[in-house]
Amino acid sequence: MKLHEYQAKEIFAKYGMPVTAGFVVKHLSDVDEALKMFPQGPWMVKAQIHAGGRGKAGGVKFTKSEMELRQKASDILGMTLVSPQTGPQGKLVKKVFITPAVDYAKELYVSVVLDRARRCPVILASAEGGTEIEELAVHKPEAIQKVYVDPIQGLHPYQARQLHLNLGLPADKINQGSKIFQDLVKIFMDLDLSLIEVNPLVVLKDGNIHCLDAKLAFDDNGLPRHKEYISWRDPDEEDPRELQAAESGLSYISLDGNIGCLVNGAGLAMATADAIQHFGGTPANFLDVGGSASQKAVAQAFKIILSDDRVKAILVNIFGGIAKCDLIAQGIIDAAKEVGLNLPLVVRLEGTNVEKGKELLAKSDLKYSFAPSMDEAAKAVVAGAKEVRS
Amino acid sequence: MSIYLGKNAKVICQGITGSAGLFHAKACREYGTKMVGGVTPGKGGSEVEGFKVFDTVQDSVKKTGANTTMIFVPALFAGDAILEAADAGIELIVCITEGIPANDMAKVNLNLKRYPKTRLIGPNCPGIITPGVAKVGIMPGYIHKPGKIGIVSRSGTLTYEAVWQVTRLGLGQSTCIGIGGDPIVGTTHLDTLEAYNKDKDTQAVIMIGEIGGTAEEEAAQYVKKYMKKPVAAFIAGMTAPPGKRMGHAGAIVSGGKGTAKEKIAALEAAGIVVAQSPGEIGNALVEALKGKKGKSKPKSKKKK
Repeated sequence: MKLHEYQAKEIFAKYGMPVTAGFVVKHLSDVDEALKMFPQGPWMVKAQIHAGGRGKAGGVKFTKSEMELRQKASDILGMTLVSPQTGPQGKLVKKVFITPAVDYAKELYVSVVLDRARRCPVILASAEGGTEIEELAVHKPEAIQKVYVDPIQGLHPYQARQLHLNLGLPADKINQGSKIFQDLVKIFMDLDLSLIEVNPLVVLKDGNIHCLDAKLAFDDNGLPRHKEYISWRDPDEEDPRELQAAESGLSYISLDGNIGCLVNGAGLAMATADAIQHFGGTPANFLDVGGSASQKAVAQAFKIILSDDRVKAILVNIFGGIAKCDLIAQGIIDAAKEVGLNLPLVVRLEGTNVEKGKELLAKSDLKYSFAPSMDEAAKAVVAGAKEVRS
Repeated sequence: MSIYLGKNAKVICQGITGSAGLFHAKACREYGTKMVGGVTPGKGGSEVEGFKVFDTVQDSVKKTGANTTMIFVPALFAGDAILEAADAGIELIVCITEGIPANDMAKVNLNLKRYPKTRLIGPNCPGIITPGVAKVGIMPGYIHKPGKIGIVSRSGTLTYEAVWQVTRLGLGQSTCIGIGGDPIVGTTHLDTLEAYNKDKDTQAVIMIGEIGGTAEEEAAQYVKKYMKKPVAAFIAGMTAPPGKRMGHAGAIVSGGKGTAKEKIAALEAAGIVVAQSPGEIGNALVEALKGKKGKSKPKSKKKK
């Protein structure tokens, strides 16, 4: 689960990190409220979306007068921002953050993520902030410093001091800088995060260090431990079908194609999408009904796939292990009846109780074609989708 | 005839009184695994479906001589269950539990270094099976057949797919391992390749990877330098868009890293036969056994 900048800054403030307060505006009429809190300009107007690269996309503006502030807020609210992180379809801005502008001398980058190979958190930091770290990683990887973190003890003070100096931060602020790095790691561990990022971290004109931005994402597996933040989820930022699927214990990811997929197991679901593409089709989704799929989960999965009107054909690929093929077959039959399925349907069943499952399907009045293998199934569904299109 | 799991395994199940734990403990016993009991704190001294229940892993080890465990403890407590098993001297820990926070696993991993004799498989994995000998996991036993092909994968059902293709070719498996779909797992592709390389009864290996991380690239480096046996592979996630987590917590392309393309290129450069479609994993193995290297020959032409 990702948070917005304004939410992340609230958490930063709780930990005593140097951030500037601000006010969240959803409607233009709220700007008056923001001005009451922060009467003194200049201000920054910052689009609140779950993606980076907002500045370059035109979602972050500096304003000096009240009139200009209202104008910029009006421009950005309702704007669709397109950045390398939003995908080509962009993201609609429904909230802006108004905050007093800060004058600074130097921009840096710092984040904490998990390093899979080393099996521990890692701090990524660079004296060249303000830009996208991905870009820096490609063009100037030597400018990124890495500090591996002890997951039990956290960032050691000596590591924090060394990082402060390596980044060329003012030596007389070594305690302030080290504390920021240690606190970032502390928040990362305390809240079970998958990402915490400050871009830019700045050195103010007076030499103090300040977090100008804040980005934070929870590890979804850790969220049950931090229930107080679950209500911070912004449903506007999530695909409604992905949310609906998550509520039914399904894992659904929207893709760009026209073939709906229903699979058990994440690896097999990914591989099924790959097989479709291999044979010239395009998958509309990734959908994992879980290794132990129930009849009900299958029915719900069918409804979610069919609620996507781009879908022209459906492929069901089940390898029954714990999940039994006959139960899954019954789920397909029930769901198809309930939603009035009239798209080409290709079914591939294998594994536990496969004969019973085939028998159930054959006896039902469901229109489908049965494929004996994964490749045959992918070929058949690609052909089916093409027929519907022409 | 196997790696990690042989006929001397005496297995307990942590979380045996939960429905999943009990169901699979029974299935393992039916397969022929020597199941010697289970652990559920607070229920020690009782018995469930013929399994003796103990309060602690240590107690179960003392009384049954268990050396292997299969963990079904809920996610937020599973890290503790792993360490409890290691501390009790268990040598093979198979953690089936899904959804353990990554930071918990980072801490567990660091702690496990104090127990050099303990091997962790998983978490978030289907487990391990040495066909005809023992199974410690949730895979359907009957799709396997004793033989000489090692199969390692991050996934559950995709492993079954590969196993099934191998079985239908008339070949069998030495040991099949699902190492798990999480960012931090106890046993990696690389670890298993080293073990398969040494196992005299493994003739060839199928390695199934997926997007995210660099474990497949590291395995490819090993194959290039040291592997004496043919290797076939498949990488899932060609179609995955960046930044989206494809079901498995570990299956995510982030910052342009961990794409299927990069991984396939690394594998092919190491002389591994890479199946172009998941339906061709078996064929890729056949070609690897014939001594061919690089891309598998697709049965049908790819349409653009």
